Amino acid sequence: MDTAALAERFQARIDADERIEPKDWMPDAYRRTLIRQMSQHAHSEIVGMLPEGNWITRAPTLKRKAILMAKVQDEGGHGAYLYGATETLGVTRDALIEELLAGAARYSSIFNYPTPTWADIGAIGWLVDGAAIMNQIPLCRCSYGPYARAMVRICKEESFHQRQGYDIMLALARGTDAQRRMAQEALDRWWWPALMMFGPPDADSKHSAQSMRWRIKRFSNDELRRRFIEFTVPQAEYLGLAVPQGEIDWSEFEQVLAGHGPCNRERIAARRRAHESGRWVREAALAWADKQRSKRREAV
Amino acid sequence: MSAAGIDDPHGAYVLRLADSNLVLAQRLGEWIGHAPALEEDLGLANTALDLLGQARLLLTHAGDLEGRGRDEDALAFLREERDYRNVALVEQPNGDFGDTIVRQFLYDAWQVELYGRLGASRDRQLAAIADKALKESNYHLRFSAGWVVRLGDGTPESHERVQGSLDRLWPWTVELCEPDDIDHAMLAAGVGVDLAAVRAGWDRRVDRTLSEATLVRPADHPWRWFGKRGQHGEHLGRLLAEMQSLHRAHPGAQW
Repeated sequence: MDTAALAERFQARIDADERIEPKDWMPDAYRRTLIRQMSQHAHSEIVGMLPEGNWITRAPTLKRKAILMAKVQDEGGHGAYLYGATETLGVTRDALIEELLAGAARYSSIFNYPTPTWADIGAIGWLVDGAAIMNQIPLCRCSYGPYARAMVRICKEESFHQRQGYDIMLALARGTDAQRRMAQEALDRWWWPALMMFGPPDADSKHSAQSMRWRIKRFSNDELRRRFIEFTVPQAEYLGLAVPQGEIDWSEFEQVLAGHGPCNRERIAARRRAHESGRWVREAALAWADKQRSKRREAV
Repeated sequence: MSAAGIDDPHGAYVLRLADSNLVLAQRLGEWIGHAPALEEDLGLANTALDLLGQARLLLTHAGDLEGRGRDEDALAFLREERDYRNVALVEQPNGDFGDTIVRQFLYDAWQVELYGRLGASRDRQLAAIADKALKESNYHLRFSAGWVVRLGDGTPESHERVQGSLDRLWPWTVELCEPDDIDHAMLAAGVGVDLAAVRAGWDRRVDRTLSEATLVRPADHPWRWFGKRGQHGEHLGRLLAEMQSLHRAHPGAQW
């Protein structure tokens, strides 16, 4: 079959809502799009461990500490799972991580904002995980099988995280004046970046149309953003917190995306430091595994 | 007085176990997001979570034994370092991955021996906690011992580094198996364990893994240092200052 016929059959399968599996024929552009999107997603989980990890050692109660530790560990697990799903497209996790460390790969810009207070941990759970769920639930029906299956599992845990974040905010909102102030300031800080997580307005979104045709994406950026606002505003009212008024400043979005957010350099530097200072450990593990293989060969 | 330690030997005995787990969980928490590879990040976080869970059960039990209404958070966040009763090994800084793994291995091997015997304690609550914790500690020990072997018998660099970790941390292991008045009293009461038996089991486990890792067991150190009696070095104060800062900044607040 020639490429045009294969492409036609591929699109017919997509249109029939069939799942594409790793061994199936797929257009190069589809493969590249998935590798880009899935690896960005994996990187986001890994980089996302940093702003929240910032409060593990200072969580205000042991119960909150345990919940936060488990949450950050879940994110690491999501990262591992998503790197694994991306590897089904013919790339290696090591190569993807090298791209991240080289500054050549993107991850969700939201993690380039800092977490100066405990309330930021609540706001991240409530708003950032909330926005992530809005984005990710449609991905559970994404045309690429391994990605769709990964998202089913991830969405379950994310909705748990979202509730935990809201629970932090609720405790603060019902707390002392200082705690309420902390909660309001965190909402003020995270509201706009959370809305930006849905990506640029539909008119400016360069990947959207093709991704919709491939059923990697099912709803437009603006549609998902509108749903998130509808969902979240009553929750803020219940907390007695004021949702910031005004318009999204898209120049801020562009700036952070271009590497000029408050924490871009710090986040990548932290990942590089972990990678570099772990080199001798990874080398030791490889050397040990080689020795075991030679021993087994000698024994045969 | 609400910020003091626990005087009753039974409560003090449980508090020691709780504090060691809590301080080590806090140390491991510093690693999350920064480990040499994703799997190690998950492994260290897993151990940290288990130790924190054990610490919470033990702190609650110690508070109940004391009977003055102190819960896990009052004991964790409102005691000064002089009233912390963790073994000094666990307050040692993380250092590099090798330091962290050796510290973990020495502690895990001790916990497995300890919990295995505490299951027979006359304190049924403590025995129940130990039974549950033993399963977790066995898993932690597989992770840490596995890494001691890979680092010890890996590259010349890793061998040298991890032998250095072992040499530096070894002096802090002396108190693990050296009984004091509280240990003697709790053994006599059927609550605590026989540390001589723990010592024999710990020696066997440590020697077996070190031999597999081609590492040399350091000579026992002549001086004695007892974190479990409140003797701490310079590191615990900072660890607690960080851990307790937010809780203490808002007295009486609910979170």
